[in-house]
Amino acid sequence: MRKTPLYDHHAALGAKFTNFGGWSMPVQYTNIIEEHLATRNIVGLFDICHMGQIEVKGHQGFSFLQQIMSRNLEGQKPGQIKLCVMTNEEGGILDDLTVYKLEDELYMLVTNASTRQKDFEWLINKSRELGFDQLQIKDIGDETGKLDIQGPKAQKVLQRLLADDLTSLRFYRAIRTTIQNMPVILSRSGYTGEDGFEIYSPANKTGELWDLILKTGADEGIKPVGLGARDTLRLEAGMMLYGHEMDETITPFEVVYDWLVDLKKDFIGCAALRRQKEDGIPRKLVGFEMIDRGIARADYKIWKDGRDAGIVTSGTFSPSLHKAIGMAFVPLEYSQEQTEMDIEIRGGKFKAKITSLPFYKRKK
Amino acid sequence: MYQPNPEDRKYSKDHEWAVDNKDGTVTMGISDYAQEQLTDIVFVELPDIGRQVAQFEQLAVVESVKSVSDIYAPVSGTVIDVNKALEDQPELVNQDAFGEGWIVKLQMVDPSELDTLMDAAAYDDYLERDGD
Repeated sequence: MRKTPLYDHHAALGAKFTNFGGWSMPVQYTNIIEEHLATRNIVGLFDICHMGQIEVKGHQGFSFLQQIMSRNLEGQKPGQIKLCVMTNEEGGILDDLTVYKLEDELYMLVTNASTRQKDFEWLINKSRELGFDQLQIKDIGDETGKLDIQGPKAQKVLQRLLADDLTSLRFYRAIRTTIQNMPVILSRSGYTGEDGFEIYSPANKTGELWDLILKTGADEGIKPVGLGARDTLRLEAGMMLYGHEMDETITPFEVVYDWLVDLKKDFIGCAALRRQKEDGIPRKLVGFEMIDRGIARADYKIWKDGRDAGIVTSGTFSPSLHKAIGMAFVPLEYSQEQTEMDIEIRGGKFKAKITSLPFYKRKK
Repeated sequence: MYQPNPEDRKYSKDHEWAVDNKDGTVTMGISDYAQEQLTDIVFVELPDIGRQVAQFEQLAVVESVKSVSDIYAPVSGTVIDVNKALEDQPELVNQDAFGEGWIVKLQMVDPSELDTLMDAAAYDDYLERDGD
């Protein structure tokens, strides 16, 4: 199993580890609820070094990515980030990723951990097939470390380490700067539903940065946060996880990612998605909460009027809302909010109802 | 670090404890070591009163935020009481695994089954050796 550059730091903090996409990652340091609430109420620091980064360099970058991503990237300015999905010929989601435009001819793609190799190979192969021979596509994941600092005090803590004024950095914008002479890319973005930042640094310096941020935020009560709380935080915020809500057989329309698809332009998978737009989607991703006492988990079956009616993709106990919540695929006809359904838990049927997403929205 | 294992009860390899109530019944729960491994317990599924279970058969379910764990009967018997407080306060298992966090009371079938379980000293050794 692969380890991030911070493995020893986690072990020293007493972390419990789990296998996530082939990586040995900290699932929790103390407990998930504490780490979750620290992020919601104060600030948390996350090791995200397992995620991938791919550099796309050259004057053909924009035209290439326009054919790869379903979203229209026209108008993206340097310093702007766009959430995108990459689809196959059938319109299935290969990955959801963020596209950083760093310069006119330099992009950084941030991929999921489990898909980074597949994404890289896809990009290389497609650039050849489509004749983009002037492009440099480079996997910079191993040399790049990534830390997320998230929570209402994230800006206050990070500002202490920066000359730049963070208040002027808008949501989904990135800057290149330095932290104690260390070159970093820093964006206001994240995966928790809180204000916060993602910081990319040289992998061999990420351990130093980790210690520095924890020390700098100690008086505010910063906590290291594991993947356990990362999962409950993203689920409350209605954010999807590749491998759960998305895979290569699921289209962007089925997960309500319509806003990431521009059918007016041509891209890989556009024909299939145009057809689906005409025909309609068979199933839809929804949020639900349990009515009966019980916690639904990923892969549990859903029943409606005694008939098979879908499957849970993610489910947990929500530490902020004190109830069992989740996301699921249901047939389109059952996807209305407030629709009641049964979820099978250990052979018994438990009532749940469809709710709007997100479950949690921070106060601005 | 987990609480010392009280000497007034017996322990299973699956980290359940059982106290002999000396009236043909036992009260059972999970050890402090077990709750510490599970951490943030958010749900306990209790068995129905009257259910009959064999020794080491699945009896209850404890869920943390991330995990679902089966709890097994330390001895054979009939469920005569369950800790209803856990329905609204599952965290009692975290806070007081050997006391307020008890889970089920069983009417024993064969009290000699208690002899097949470990005493506190043996359980201490077990945790030391390979308790994971």
